[in-house]
Order: sequence, then C-alpha cells, then structure tokens
Amino acid sequence: MQLGSIFLLALLEGLVSASVLALTACGLSLVFGIMRVVNVAHGEFFMLGAVLAWFTASLMPGPPALTFVAALVICPLIVGAVAALADMLVLKRLNYEPEATIVATIGLLYILQQGALTVFGPNALPVPAPLDFRLQFPGFGYSGYKIAVILAAVLLLLGLWLILTRTRIGLVMRATQIDRATARAFGINVDRVYAGVFAMGAGLAAIAAVLIVPIQQAHYLMGADPLLLSFSVVIIGGLGSLRGTVVAALLIGMVDQMIPIFMPVVFPAYGAWFTPTLAKIIATLVVALVLVFRPQGLFGKRMA
Amino acid sequence: MAAVILEARGLTRHFGGLKAVDGVDFDLRQGEIHALIGPNGAGKTTFVSLLSGRIEAQSGRISFDGRDITRLPAHARVRLGIAYTFQITQIYAALSVFDNVALAAQSRGSHPLGAAAMEALSRVGLEARKDQIAGTLSYGHQRLLEVAMGLALKPRLLILDEPTQGLSQGEIETFNGIVKSVVPEATVLLIEHNMDVVMELAEWITVLNFGQVLATGTPPAIRANPAVQSAYLGA
Amino acid sequence: MIDRRALFLHLAVLAALLAALPMLAAYHVTNIAKIMVLAVYAMGYNIAFGYTGLLSLGHAMFFAAGLYAAGMGISLFGLSAAGALVLGPVAGGLAATLVGLLALRTAGVAFMIVTLMFAQAGYLTILYFVKYTRGDEGIVIARAARAIGSVDLSADTPRYLLAFGIFALALLLNLALVRSPFGRIMVAMRENEARSRMLGYNPYTVKLTALAVSGVYAGAAGAAYAVVFGYVGASLASVQYSILPLLYVLLGGAGTVLGPFLGALLMFYLIDYASSATSAYLFIVGAALILLVLFAPKGILGTLRERHARWLP
Repeated sequence: MQLGSIFLLALLEGLVSASVLALTACGLSLVFGIMRVVNVAHGEFFMLGAVLAWFTASLMPGPPALTFVAALVICPLIVGAVAALADMLVLKRLNYEPEATIVATIGLLYILQQGALTVFGPNALPVPAPLDFRLQFPGFGYSGYKIAVILAAVLLLLGLWLILTRTRIGLVMRATQIDRATARAFGINVDRVYAGVFAMGAGLAAIAAVLIVPIQQAHYLMGADPLLLSFSVVIIGGLGSLRGTVVAALLIGMVDQMIPIFMPVVFPAYGAWFTPTLAKIIATLVVALVLVFRPQGLFGKRMA
Repeated sequence: MAAVILEARGLTRHFGGLKAVDGVDFDLRQGEIHALIGPNGAGKTTFVSLLSGRIEAQSGRISFDGRDITRLPAHARVRLGIAYTFQITQIYAALSVFDNVALAAQSRGSHPLGAAAMEALSRVGLEARKDQIAGTLSYGHQRLLEVAMGLALKPRLLILDEPTQGLSQGEIETFNGIVKSVVPEATVLLIEHNMDVVMELAEWITVLNFGQVLATGTPPAIRANPAVQSAYLGA
Repeated sequence: MIDRRALFLHLAVLAALLAALPMLAAYHVTNIAKIMVLAVYAMGYNIAFGYTGLLSLGHAMFFAAGLYAAGMGISLFGLSAAGALVLGPVAGGLAATLVGLLALRTAGVAFMIVTLMFAQAGYLTILYFVKYTRGDEGIVIARAARAIGSVDLSADTPRYLLAFGIFALALLLNLALVRSPFGRIMVAMRENEARSRMLGYNPYTVKLTALAVSGVYAGAAGAAYAVVFGYVGASLASVQYSILPLLYVLLGGAGTVLGPFLGALLMFYLIDYASSATSAYLFIVGAALILLVLFAPKGILGTLRERHARWLP
C-alpha cells in the first residue's frame, strides 16, 4: 500500500474509534456535568450494552440487520433502566456526596462485571454486522459497516445536542445543573432528572457498545478500555463540557487508532522499544498531568 | 504615637466588574483596637481576607512589622502572628473543644501544650466544656471557641470578623472583656456591625464604602464626620 | 498521651495473635500471616484516607514499589531478605512522595482520578519492563533467598512470626502517630482544611507528609509480601489492589487504628468462604463497597466509637 492509502486507512479507523469514543465519553461527561458524579462503572454500562447486543442478536429470529436494529433500541433502554435503578437505590441515598459516590460506582463496576461473567460466561461473543458490503478506496477496500458507524455516531451526537439545547428536557437538565435547589423550587422533579441523566449517560455508552460489537466482539472485561479512554477524553476536553468532550474524543480516538497503523511505517523502531504499552504509559501520564496543571482541560476556560 | 505594625498601600482586589477593594491605604498601630465598619458589601471581609492572605491581592502592598508580606501564603502569615477568626464559625465540629484549641496552641509551638490550651479556654470561660464535642456547643459558645482558638495562636495581630454576630447581650459583655485583655500586647482589628461594641472598644475607626476608605479617625471624629453620617450612620 | 485502655486493647490484640499461633491449623497460619501483611498495607492507606482525608485510588503503586524493590532486589541484585525488608518501605515512601508532589496540587475527585492514573501508568510500566519484572507471570523468589540468617521464612511458623513482627511494629507506630501532635494536625486537615490553614498549617506539606508515611507502610507491606510469600507479580500492582485497602478500611472503620486489621480479617475470610461456594467473589467485593457507603460509612469500629467507646483511637 502507498503512504497515502495507509494514511486514509488510518484516518478511517481513527474516525470509527473516535466516533464511538465520543458517544461513550459524552455519556460520562453528561453525568459529570449535570450531576457532578464521577461514574467509575461507566465502562461496565458499555460492556453491558455489548453483551446484551449479542444476547438480542442471537436470541431473536430474523435477518442480522433487523436484530441489530432491535438491539440498538433495546440495549440502551435496558442499560438505562439498570442505571436509573442504581441511581435511585444507591447514588441518591448517598446524596451524591462525591467520594462516597465514587466508591459506590466502584462497587457497581464489580457487580456488573461479575454479573456479566456469571450470566454470559468468559468467552468473546461475536455479533454479525447488519451491513455486508465493502467500499473500494484507492489501494484498499473498507467495511461499509464501519462507515455506517461513523455516520450513526454523528447523527446521535447531533440528536443529543438538539435535545440538550432545543428541548424542554434539555432546559430542565441545564436548570438542574446550575442550581439544584432553585430548580426544585421551580417545580422540577430533581430526583427524576438525575435518574434520567444517569440513565441517558449509561444509554449513550450502551449505544456506542452496540455499534462497536460487530467490529470488536462482546466480552465481560471489555469495559476497562472505554472507561480509561472516556476519562482521558473528559479530562482533556474539560470536565463537564460536551463540546470539549467531542473535540477531545476526536483527538484521542484518532491518535489511539492511528499510532499502531501509522507508526510502524514512519518509525521503524516502533514495536521494538516503542510499544503500544509505552504509548499507553505516556498517554496516561499526560492525562494525569493535564488534570494536575490544567484542571479545566485543554479546551476549557479557567473558571474564576 | 505607637509604631505602625501593619501597613497597606493601594490594596486592590476586583471580582469581575465588582471593585470589592479598590486602592485602600491603611495603617494599624501596635496595641490599638481598630474597628473596620461600613455598609454591607463595602468590602470589609474581602479587605481583611487580603490582610490574612486568604485572598491574593491584585495590586498593592502589605507589610507587617516592617516586612513585605504581600505574596506570603495565609499559613505563613499566621506563623508571623496574624490570626484570623472567621465570620461564619469555622471550628472542627467533630473534635473536642480541647482539641480545637490545642490545634491552635501547638501551631505556635506552645509548651506545655495542655496548659496553653486550657489557658485560652479559661479566658473565654469554656474550660469546663473541654471534653465536649465542639459541634454540640451552643452557637454563642462556638463563637467563643473561635475566639479562644485565635487567642491560643498568641497572635500579634488578631483579626475578628463580625465576632458578636448572633451573641446575646451577656455574651457580648464577656466578649468585650476578652478583647480588652488582648491589648496592648497584641493589636486587634475588628469588623463589627454592632455600633455599641464599636464605640465601647475601638480607639480608632476606619470606614469602608464601595471598596474605598471613606474616613478614618477616632470614634468622636467618625461620629461627627458628615460623609460617614450620610453613607452609613445617618441612615 | 496514649489512653491506657487504648494501649491495653492494642497490646491484647497483639498478644492474642501471638497466642493463636500454636492453635491454628497450617491453612489458617498462612491466611493470618497474609492478613497481617495486608493489614499493614491497609493501615498505611488509613493514614492517608482515614486520618488525613486523602481518598487515593492509586495505593497499589506504593505497595508495588515495595514489592518490586524487594523482589527485584533479591532476584536481580542478590539483596538479602533483611535488606529487602528495609528497602521496601523506602521505595514505598519515595513513590508516595513523588506522586504526592504532583497529585496533591489537586483535591477530592481530581485527586482520586490523578492517583488512579499514576498507578495505572505504574502498572503498565511493570508490564513494559517485562524482561526484568516478568510481567503478569511474575517473579518467584527462590526459597533459599527467603531467609534471615538461618531462619527459613518460607516455613509456616517463621513466616507467621515475621508477619506478626512487622504488623506489631506498624500497629504501635500507628497508635503513637495518631496520638501525636502531628496526628491531630492530620485529622484537622481532614475535618476542615480552610480552618487549618488559618491556624498556620500548610495543607500541602501536611498532606504530603501523611501520604509519604502512608507510602512507607504500603511499601513495607509490599516488601513483606515478597519475602514472606515469595511471589511478585503485576496483578499485585493492578487497580484491584488499590481498591482492596479502601475496602478493608471502610469495613473496619476509617480513622481507627485497629479498623484496617479488622476489615482485612473479615473481608479475607468472607471472600475465602465465598469463593469456596461460588466463583463470583467479586460480587461480594462490589456489594460490600456499596452496602458500606450506604449503611455503615464509618465502618465497624467507627460506629462503635461513635456509640460506645469514644476513647478508641
């Protein structure tokens, strides 16, 4: 393959990963932005969406395209319901006290992970792609499904943006974010908003996971990577800022995918000592240092 | 006239468009009780927060005992002898009364610690309650504990931010006695709304209005000042 | 000044642990030895979290610093077991100081995430240097190297006694620390940082000192683990090992000296019992975390202290 083709391939792979990451991270960012809750179980909601997609696809009769669309609707709803339940039974009772909430979501992480292992077993679970055609690019053919994933993510993000800025639901959510007590005084049922936001955040992770399973397979341990990546995205993008989150997701998702494809070509030593593990170490340290020295994120404004 | 222990020149702090403290010049003389008065929102708390280091100054200079402390962090100023008691009571609610005061006393390296803490407690009349959990004290007693913590720091300058707010008449009299016992070894800067307390205690008064010094002088001079009367007292 | 009742209680616990040795079956001797080592780790965690209010999610890094300093010191550099036990706490304290210098510029939730990230980087670093650390597979320390003088530390009784010795020292130092003036300042920092600053304490240095002490404990426990159990692996540096001491401390009682040991003891046997019945022991960990923060945020000894025994340190 020529360098140009390799670059295009890397770009496409990067876009796929960035779009899924943007959805997942927006879920985390939404929950943090409105509820000030750091949800460590977010990756497990992602994982739950993926294994449920497998469950739906393998249980429902009919062509893959149909079962997949069904999964795309059902899984986020189920995962959202689980999240809403967790919010009402646990987080609300903790009064969203930040540290207790994190500890509780760590507990939730273990329970969901173990639950998935017990119910679905330790094997990777494949889900067939609903679309089966390839697009011919100069020098390589590319999965049409992956292009569809990018488009779907863009549409979903646009939808999310419309909900947040143009609807009453969005208005109520923003009012709750600004001042819980005042929102309550204006007759907003804050408890329901919180449960809804937590469900929505988890649902976004679940949708992202359903989109990715035809490419990646579902597995009970798959939640760790999206969690760490989403954390990085939300931190780099500025805590709680959705626009920053999308920009950072694009950046991190692209870098994450492009390095393994592109680096061996331009940097022959890649793989010898500059391994994916080293790249991860550097990335993790960078994110930690951003949080230490620029807590408002790379794209956020410093608060007064 | 006694030496100046604290001097502020051109002290400024704005919050967005709000000029909370705007170019204030201020002198505090060794051993005096100096009251800072002014209408609500005049910038009194911001001003003493600049002196104590809780808020950083945007411009201007503060010196304490001849030393420039403008950039010194709050805890280091406390170590130099500038003690600050909070407007809203800030005690360690979960700890015992004794531990609260002991924390202040040990910060000054007082030895023996127990005796120093008990002395501060007895000055405010709380020695019998030393084992009580501070959060269970009555509001007035919590204010007194706050003062005791200030005393246990053995400060050279004690800044009291609305100390009598919410105290009963009897408690205010106790408090007045405590403040009088602090000088002239230490200097007291007092933010106060209760004019009876101000007139009883203060030897010198500075009036702040809209972040600027409106007037400064002895209590009779301030009382007679027409600008002060129209802005504040005359209301 | 240490309350007599408190001193008596802690000495009694130590005496009971020593007296129990001849009565315990071999299986339990190993278990209790492991619990005592993990309790030292949890005590260190408690100094940061329980007393100073620093909720770290990265303590596995400090534990691993001691663990690998000891393990690699012995296996690669021919260090003696005794030397490894000294090197461990130094390495743990150093790691905690370095992390603290940066992480303590943040607070609360950001501090949790930063420590989590640093520990993750540490874990990945162990995997990266697989040639020296042997990664996930881990280093098994030869039996011959696990001896002090002529005493074989891989045998049941000596390993129990060594774990006990380290535990006893850690416990009594912990007791002295929390009853010292500095112990009072740590608690003050936890209770009200703004107030403590206005009493002349620099929050940054107080917290850094507490974190360093906490790291020394974690490193000591890591080194003890390497020497006593002869295994040093990357899984011991993973996130789970940062959560473990948090769980022990929450169960036993944050901000109590005996809480970490009590929590470790109960949790260890609960998981041990559960994993013989089902493979789903992570359920227990998860459920325990949630139930504790919901219904008993002060833990067993914290609740006891609040209701009945205020003198409990």
